[in-house]
Amino acid sequence: MASGIRLDKVRKSFGGTEVIKGVDLEIEPGEFVVLVGPSGCGKSTLLNLIAGLETVTSGNVLIGGQNVNRVPPRDRDIAMVFQSYALYPTRTVRANITFGMETRRVPKDAQEAALADFAKLLQIDHLLDRKPGQLSGGQRQRVAMGRALVRQPAVFLFDEPLSNLDAKLRIEMRTEIKKLHQRLGKTVVYVTHDQIEAMTLATRIAVMDNGHIRQFADPATIYENPVDLFVAGFMGSPPMNMIPGRLFHENGQVFVLPRGARERIRFPLDGPAGQGEGLTDGREVVLGLRPETIFAAGAKLPGPNRYLFEAPVEVVEPTGPDTMLVFQIGGQDLVARVRPEDAATPGAAFRFEVDMGKAKLFDADTGRSL
Amino acid sequence: MRARRTDGIVRASGPGARLLRVLLFVVLGLFCLYYLFPLFVMVSTSVKSLAEIREGSFLALPRAISFEAWAKAWGSACVGVRCDGLQPYFMNSVMMAVPAVLLSTLLGALNGYALTKWRFPGADIVFALMLFGAFIPFQVVLLPMARTLGQLGLAGTVPGLILVHTVYGLAFTTLFFRNFFIGVSDGIVNAAKVDGAGFFGIFFRIVLPMSLPAIVVTVIWQFTQIWNDFLFGVSFTVGDSNPVTVALNNVVNTSTGVKEYNVDMAAAIIAGLPTLLVYVVAGAYFVRGLSAGAVKG
Ligand SMILES: Nc1ncnc2c1ncn2[C@@H]1O[C@H](COP(=O)(O)OP(=O)(O)OP(=O)(O)O)[C@@H](O)[C@H]1O
Ligand SMILES: [Mg+2]
Repeated sequence: MASGIRLDKVRKSFGGTEVIKGVDLEIEPGEFVVLVGPSGCGKSTLLNLIAGLETVTSGNVLIGGQNVNRVPPRDRDIAMVFQSYALYPTRTVRANITFGMETRRVPKDAQEAALADFAKLLQIDHLLDRKPGQLSGGQRQRVAMGRALVRQPAVFLFDEPLSNLDAKLRIEMRTEIKKLHQRLGKTVVYVTHDQIEAMTLATRIAVMDNGHIRQFADPATIYENPVDLFVAGFMGSPPMNMIPGRLFHENGQVFVLPRGARERIRFPLDGPAGQGEGLTDGREVVLGLRPETIFAAGAKLPGPNRYLFEAPVEVVEPTGPDTMLVFQIGGQDLVARVRPEDAATPGAAFRFEVDMGKAKLFDADTGRSL
Repeated sequence: MRARRTDGIVRASGPGARLLRVLLFVVLGLFCLYYLFPLFVMVSTSVKSLAEIREGSFLALPRAISFEAWAKAWGSACVGVRCDGLQPYFMNSVMMAVPAVLLSTLLGALNGYALTKWRFPGADIVFALMLFGAFIPFQVVLLPMARTLGQLGLAGTVPGLILVHTVYGLAFTTLFFRNFFIGVSDGIVNAAKVDGAGFFGIFFRIVLPMSLPAIVVTVIWQFTQIWNDFLFGVSFTVGDSNPVTVALNNVVNTSTGVKEYNVDMAAAIIAGLPTLLVYVVAGAYFVRGLSAGAVKG
C-alpha cells in the first residue's frame, strides 16, 4: 500500500540557523517526487524530517493522512537510502539487506526470496558474503538500495542513490527504479543532482533553494514554465541563457533590447512571453532562452515567431549528438545548441535563429516569471 | 573503509639509509633490554633455591631450575596467620575483576552509545560530570564509599568490591566509548532506526560489534586497573576476602622468619601474570580485528 505525504508549514532549525524555512508539500500516494536543489539547500534534512530522523521545529508531517510528528522512524513504514550509504560494517551484504526484515520478524524463507530477487536486480548477488569494507563505492550504493527495496514499505526515501555509479550502470539503475516504481506503485521521494534523473523519473519535481520550495510541478511544467529565474537556471543543461535587458514597444510589438548590446539585436516577444501584463516601456527584464531554442539559421523547418541575428562564435563545444556554440551579446556568454554539421569555427560570424515562441520573460528585480 | 596498508610504500635505500636503520634497531634493542631486565631478575630469582640466592649474584643465571618457590607461593606461603598461599586470594581477585571488568565495560559502552547516538538535552553536561569522576583522587571517596557499602550490607565482601570498581571504572569506560562512538557515523544508527531496530537492538546488533577495538582497549585498561588495585582492596575487604594484591603485600611484608626472596618473586609474578595474559590475548585479538579491516564503516 502506498501512502501520501503532506508537509504542513514545516520548519527546521539547527541551533540558531534555520535550514528548512516553511515547506508545504502535498505528495499523492504512489507519486514519484524528485527533490532537486543546490548543495546545502536542505534536501537531506527534508528527507530526514519525513523519515523522523530529525524532529520538526514547527509544522506537521503527515504520512498516509496521519500526523507522524511524534512517531519514531521505525513505525513510519518507510525505507531510506542514505547519501552516505550507512551500511552496517560488521555485517555481510546479506545480513545488511535482511536486517530490516529480521527486526520486523519476516519469516526466513520470505527473507531469502526477497534477498534473491533484489540481489539479482541490483547485480550484487555475487557479493552477498562480503563485508561493506570490501566493496567499491558503487557496489555499496547498490547494497544500500537493496536494503531499502527488500522491505516493501509504504514510502521510499532516496538520497542521491545513484550518485556514485558509473554512467552505464546509472542509466540501467534509473530504468530499473522507474520499472520498480511502476510495478510496486509506492510513494517515492528522491533526491538527486542529476537533471536527467529528475526529468525521467519524476511525476513531479520540487525545486528547492535555501530551505524553500520554489516550484513543485510536473517535469514538463518545470522545464517549460519555470516560475522564476532560479528554477529556470537550475533545470536544464546547459542552463537557460539569461539575457538582461529592457522592454520597448514599436508598432504594437514588444521587444527586449539586451543590455549593453552594441549590435542591433532586439528580440521580439511575439510568442506567449509577450502576452503578459505590465510589459511597459523601459521595464527591466530578463529574457530566458533555452540553448536548444537557438540554432543555426535555416537548420529547422521555418516556423512562426523566429528571429534571426548574427554574432561571432567564441567557443565550440562538441558533445556528440549536439554541438554547443558559445557567443556573446552585450558582453554576456550565451550558448546555442546546434547540430554538429552546422558548427562553425571560433571567431567566425554565425547566423543564429531563435524560436521566440519558447522564450521566457522574467522581472529583473523579483526574478518572477512575467 | 578498507584497511590502509603502509608496508608497501617505497622506502629510501642505499648505504646511508641502511646505516640509519641499523642504528635504529640497535637503539631499540638497548631500550628493550633495559625494560626487560627487572623481569629477568624476577624470573631467574624465583626459580633459584634460597641457598643459591644467598651465595650467588642477583644477576647470575640459575644453576638448577626449581619450581618449589612457585608451589609455595601458590599453595602454602603464609598470608598473615593463614598458610594456604596466594591461591584463595587469587581466586578472590578473579571473582572480583571479571564481573567488575565486564560490568563496567558494558555500562561504559551503553553510556557512550546513549551520549552520542541518542543525544538528549544536557548530554554534554552529563558527560562533563562523568569525566570529572575520572579525575577525582580515589582517597577522597574512601570514607563515603565505606559508609555506603556498610549501608548496603556489602562491607568487607567481594561483591562490595565489584560494586566499587564498577562505579569508579565507569568514568573511564564511558570516556573511551564515547570517544569511539563519536567517530562512528550517525547514518549507520539512523539506517538501523529506519530498519526498525530500537535502542537496545541497535546497541547489541550494530553498534557493539563495531566497537571491538574500543572493547579490547577498555577491557585491557579496566582489567589492569582493577586487578592491580590495592587501595580499594585494602580498604574495603578483610582477611579472607582480600584480593591478591593485598595478599601479596602481606606475604612480602611479613616480619617473621627468613626473607624468602624466591617465594616473594614467584608470588609477585603470579599476581602479575593475569594482566599480562589479558594483554597478550586481547591485544592479539585487537591487532587481528584492525587488520581484518572490518571494524569501522
Ligand atoms: N545537524 C546539523 N547541524 C547543523 N547544521 C546542519 C545539520 N545538518 C545539516 N545542516 C545544515 O543544513 C543545511 C542543509 O543540509 P542538507 O544536508 O539538508 O543539504 P543537502 O541539500 O542535502 O545538500 P547536498 O546536496 O550537498 O547533500 C546545510 O547548510 C548544512 O550545513
Ligand atoms: Mg544531501
